[in-house]
Amino acid sequence: MLLVSGGQVKAQDAAPAAAAPAGGGDAEKGKTLFTNNCAQCHAVSGEKVVGPGLKGIESRAPSRDWLHKWIRNSSAVIATGDAYANQVFNANGKVQMSSFPSLTDADIDGILAYIDQANKPAAPTTGGGDDKVVDNGGGGSASTGGPSELFTFVLIALLLVMLLVLGVLLVIVTILSKAVTPATDGTQVTSSFGQRLKTGLSDAFNNPTLRSIVIWLFLLVAVKETIDGAYGIGIQQGYAPKQPIAYSHKLHAGQYKIDCNYCHTGAQKGKNATIPAANICMNCHGVIKKESPEIQKIYTAIEENRPIEWIRVHNLPDLAYFNHAQHVNVGNVACQTCHGEIEKMEVVEARSSLTMGWCIDCHRRTEVNTKDNAYYDKLVALHRKESKEPLKVANIGGLECSKCHY
Amino acid sequence: MGAYAKGRQIGAIGGGKKTMSRHYQFETGLSMTGSNADYRAPIKPSQEGLVVAALYNKVAAKLGGTAISTPSVEVAHLDKAAADLANSRGKALVVSGSNDPNVQVVVNALNNLLGSYGSTIDINSPVNYRQGNDQQMNAFINEAKSGQVGAVLFFGANPVYDHPRGAELAEALPKVALSVSFADRADETASLSKYITPVPHFLECWNDAEPKQGFYSLTQPAITLIFKTRQFQSSLLTWAGKPSDYQTYLKNYWRSTQYPKASGFSSFEAFWVKCLNDGVFEPNKGAAAAGGASFAGNVAQAAAGIAQRYKPTTGMEVALYEKVGVGTGSMANNPWLQELPDPVSKACWDNYAAISQKTAHDMSLAQNDLVTVTVNGKSVELPILIQPGQADNTVSIAIGYGREKAGKSANGVGKNAYPFASITGGYATYSAFTAKVEKASGTHVIAQTQTHDTVMGRQAVLQESILAKYQKNPKAGRYEPKVQTSVGPTDPTDITLWNGYGKPTHSWGMVIDLNSCIGCGTCVVACNAENNIQVVGRQEVINRREMHWMRIDRYYSSDGEAENYSAMEVASANPEVTFQPMLCQHCSNAPCETVCPVLATTHSTEGLNQMTYNRCIGTRYCANNCPYKVRRFNWFKYFDNDNYDYHFNNDLGKMVINPDVTVRSRGVIEKCSFCVQRIQESKLTAKKERRKLGADEVQTACSQSCPTHAITFGDMNNPESTISKILEVELEGRAFHVLEEINVRPQISYLTKIRNKDEEPKKEATKESHA
Repeated sequence: MLLVSGGQVKAQDAAPAAAAPAGGGDAEKGKTLFTNNCAQCHAVSGEKVVGPGLKGIESRAPSRDWLHKWIRNSSAVIATGDAYANQVFNANGKVQMSSFPSLTDADIDGILAYIDQANKPAAPTTGGGDDKVVDNGGGGSASTGGPSELFTFVLIALLLVMLLVLGVLLVIVTILSKAVTPATDGTQVTSSFGQRLKTGLSDAFNNPTLRSIVIWLFLLVAVKETIDGAYGIGIQQGYAPKQPIAYSHKLHAGQYKIDCNYCHTGAQKGKNATIPAANICMNCHGVIKKESPEIQKIYTAIEENRPIEWIRVHNLPDLAYFNHAQHVNVGNVACQTCHGEIEKMEVVEARSSLTMGWCIDCHRRTEVNTKDNAYYDKLVALHRKESKEPLKVANIGGLECSKCHY
Repeated sequence: MGAYAKGRQIGAIGGGKKTMSRHYQFETGLSMTGSNADYRAPIKPSQEGLVVAALYNKVAAKLGGTAISTPSVEVAHLDKAAADLANSRGKALVVSGSNDPNVQVVVNALNNLLGSYGSTIDINSPVNYRQGNDQQMNAFINEAKSGQVGAVLFFGANPVYDHPRGAELAEALPKVALSVSFADRADETASLSKYITPVPHFLECWNDAEPKQGFYSLTQPAITLIFKTRQFQSSLLTWAGKPSDYQTYLKNYWRSTQYPKASGFSSFEAFWVKCLNDGVFEPNKGAAAAGGASFAGNVAQAAAGIAQRYKPTTGMEVALYEKVGVGTGSMANNPWLQELPDPVSKACWDNYAAISQKTAHDMSLAQNDLVTVTVNGKSVELPILIQPGQADNTVSIAIGYGREKAGKSANGVGKNAYPFASITGGYATYSAFTAKVEKASGTHVIAQTQTHDTVMGRQAVLQESILAKYQKNPKAGRYEPKVQTSVGPTDPTDITLWNGYGKPTHSWGMVIDLNSCIGCGTCVVACNAENNIQVVGRQEVINRREMHWMRIDRYYSSDGEAENYSAMEVASANPEVTFQPMLCQHCSNAPCETVCPVLATTHSTEGLNQMTYNRCIGTRYCANNCPYKVRRFNWFKYFDNDNYDYHFNNDLGKMVINPDVTVRSRGVIEKCSFCVQRIQESKLTAKKERRKLGADEVQTACSQSCPTHAITFGDMNNPESTISKILEVELEGRAFHVLEEINVRPQISYLTKIRNKDEEPKKEATKESHA
C-alpha cells in the first residue's frame, strides 16, 4: 500500500514537469523520435557515443534555426562553409551525420525538449514504471498467501526427517561408545575394539526398528533427488555460455540505452526476435571502435562471408509454439519480464526457467493489453458481463492447450 | 473444375439456384469424372468412336444435321443423352479424352450442332499447359533410329520412359552424336544422354509463362540455388555467347514485348514490379472477345476413319489411364502423391489391372491375384483390382508407374504400362483393342485405404436425393433420427448428459458440400503438406496405419435388398458413387475427450477439439471411442528412420516441414486440428493491426486448396462469415451432421448429395427400415 501511494505522489509531481516542455516542443513525442532516430549515435547526457553527447546542445549551437537545418541535412550546412558546422564535423572524426529530412521543426523542437527534460536533475520517470512495481508487489503478496499450508507441511516433513537423522546418529554414537568403552562387568574384557564394534554393528543391523529407519531415510533422499532431477530436465535456467564475440548487453543496452528492437528487429513483427546480422553491427561499428579485437571478429566474418556462430541461450522445445510479436507488440510485455535485466548483463544468461508452469503462471497473472485494440472488444464486453475482475490472459483461453501446442 | 462445380452447386452455396447441370459419361474404367456423372455407361475402348458417332447421329436427327454412316452401337443412356443435349442447345458441351483426330472432329461437329461455340466453348482463351505434337515426336524417333539426328536437347521431358516408343528411343539415343538432358536427376532419358546438365527446381528459377492465352505470368525464385545448378535458359544463353543472367534477359524481353502493351505506368520499372507483385499481366483484360470460330471439319471423312478403326470385338481390351495423383509419372517420386489414394479405387503405391465383377467371376479371378496382361507381344504382370463400374471384358491400367530412375520413392512401384500404348497414324493411342489376360501364379496385395465398398444403407452417414425432389422440398433425402424416450420419440439433440461448452468468441466450423466435392484429394495433399503428416509406405497402408488426417470416403451404391446385409456389401455393377470428405468433426460432446486418461485431448473455448501430443501416452482409447475413425496413431517414429525413407529422412526433404507444426514422434495420437496454427496466425495478424478478425480471414489448408469450393471454413459466431450465411439457409435444408443420433454435436455440417436424375433411386426401400 505504501508503494501505491508513493507512486501516486510521484506521478503527480511528474505531471506538471511533463506538461511544460522547454521551448514549446512536445517532450513525449520527442522521446519516441529520439529513441527511433538519434539514440543509436547520441546520448542525452554529455557522453560521446558515435556523435557527441547532447546535454546542453541548445546553448552550444548557434541557434535553434541552425539546429533545424543541421539535423535535417548536416552536409548541406557544412557545405555552406558554416564555421561551427565545420568545427563539429572535424571534432568528430569527419563522420557524416545521417540526414533526417522527414523531421519537421516541431519534431526537432520535441526532441530538444526531451533532451532538456532528461537532463534536469530532478526529472522523475513516468508513472508507468511505478505501476509495474505495484503489480509485482501485488503478485508477490498473493503468492505468499497461497503456499502457507504447503510451508507448514514442508516444515513438519523436515522435522520428521531431522528426527530420523537424530535417531540414526544416536544409534551410531551408542555403537561407537560401546566399542570404545569395554564392558564393565569384566566377563568379556578380552574382546578387542574391532570385535566390539562388529558386535555392536551387527546388533544394530539386526534391530528391525533401526533397519527400517535407515531404509526410510535412504528412500526419502532417493525420491527427493529423483523428483528434483526430473523437474530439472531440459531447464536451462542460469545458462550463460561464452559467446564467440564478447558482446556486452550491459554496455549497449545498459550504458548506451540502445533500444532492444534496434538489433532484435523481429520482436515486434514475428515469431522470432532474431539475432542481428553483421550489417546491423556495422551501422555503428563501421565507424567506431573498429580496431577492437572483438569487433575485428565481425569484420572477419563479413570478409569470409559466413555468419557469426552465436550460441543460443533461450531455447524452447519444438512442441511449444511461442511468438514474440504476440507478447511484445500485442501484449506490450517488456523484454525484461522474461529475459531478466538484460541491460545489466555482461554475458547473457537465461534468467527464467521457461517451463510450462512459468508460462501458465504469467498467463494467470497478466492482464490483457486490450487498450485501443478492436480485436479484444468482444472479449472485453463478454468478460465485463460476467466479472468485475480485470481481464487476464487466462480468461480468454490463455491456458488452453492448443494456444501453444500444435 | 471450378466451372464444373459451379454448375452442380445448388441452394445457399450455389447462390440460391435450384437447378444444376446434368452429366453423362461414357467410359471404360470408373474414373473420378465418371464417378461424378449423373448417368454413366461403361463402354469398351473399341466402342469409343462409335458412341461419339452414334451420339452425333441421334442429335443430328433431332436438330437437323446430316447423318454420318458408322456401324451402330448399343450403349445405355445414349438416346436419353441425345435428347437432353438437343433440348439444351446452346447450353451443352461434349468433350472427349480420345487422342484420335477423327473422334475429335466428330465431337467438334457435335458441339457445332449444339451451338456450343461462343457459349460453352471460349475459343479466345485456350489453356496452353497441355500441348504436344505426336506426329513430330514420332518423326523424331524415326529419324533418331535411322541416325539422321545430330543433336538433341531434352528439357522437362522423359520420353524414354513415357513415350509409347520409349524403348525404341532408348536404343536410338546412343546413335545421336550429341544428346543433352537438362534434368534434376539422372532419369530414364537423362541417364542415356551423353551429357546431363543439372537444372534447379522451378522455384529456384526466373521464368515466365502464358498458361492461358492472354494471361502472362512471371516466376521468381523463392529460394537461392540449393545445389550447384544452372537453369536451362541460362545454359542456352551461355552457349549462345550471350550474358547468362536470365533475370536480365527476361526483364529486357518483357520491356520490349509486354511493356508496350501496358498503359498507366510511369516507367518500365514500375510495370515490372507490379507484374512481379501480381504474378500475372493481362494486357487485354476486359476487352470484348472476338466472335466464335466456325466449324470447318470434314465429318464424313472422320466418320469413314471411325468406321474403319472401331469394330466390335469379343476378347479382352485394355484402356490406359492417368491416376489423379501420380498422373504421367513425371512427379512419381513425390511420396505424397504415391500415398494419396486413388479417388475411386482408394488404392495407393501401385498400379493394377482393374476388371469388372462379371469379368472377374468369368475368369475366376479374385482381388490381388496376379495376372499377365499381353498386348502386341509385350507382357506385364499386375495384381487384379475388382472395380465396380468397369466395362466387362476390359482391363484398365494406370500409366505413370514402374519408374526405374525416378528416385527412391518411385523406383519399382507398380509396373510400366506405357509400352501398351501405340502409335496409330502418327498419333499415340492409349488403349488396345486386342489383349490377352492370363492368370499368373501368386498374389500381390494392393494397398487400399478403404476396403469397404458400400455405406450399407446407413442414412445417418450419407444423405442423398435427386434434383426433382430437392426442388419440391429442400430437406429431400434428409434423415432425421428420433430417439425413443418415456415421453415418446425425441430429437437426439434434446437428450444429453453434458452441459456443453460455451463458445463466446469464435466457433470454428466447416460446411462440406457433397455436391461440389468431386473426390480429387487435393485437400488430402494440402493437409499433408500443411500439417507435417508422415508418409508411411505401402506395407503400413496395408496394415491400416496410414496417417492422413483427412480422407475422402467413397461409397458405391448397392443393389442389395435392405436387411440383406451380405448383399448390401456388394456394389452395383455400374454404381452411383458418392464422395464424403471425413476428418475430425470437432464434436462439442466429444467422445474422445471423456476417455483420455491423461487429458491429452481437451476442448477449447473456440469449439476446437485440441490434441496435445506431448501429453499423450498412447493408450488409444480416444481412437477407439471416435465414431468417425479419424484419429491416427504413430506406431513408429517415422522421421529419421531408414525404414520410412521418405522426405522426413533427409535434410533436403525436411525443408518442406512446416515450422509452426510439431513433428509427432512415436506413441502419440494425432488428428485434424482445424489448422489451429493458421487460426492463431490470423488472430495475431488482426491483433497486431489492432482490428477485428475478418469474416473469412482464416482458411484451413483443405478449404483453401479445394478447387471446387466444396469446403467452407469459418467462424459460425460471426454473422458476416460465408459459413454463417450458408448455415442460416441450409440448417433448414440440406445441412446434416454425420451420425446425428449419437448427439456428439459436430462442428462440421455436410450438405446432402443431390443427383440430377429422373427416375426414383433404387435405394428408396432402405429409408423405411432405418427410420
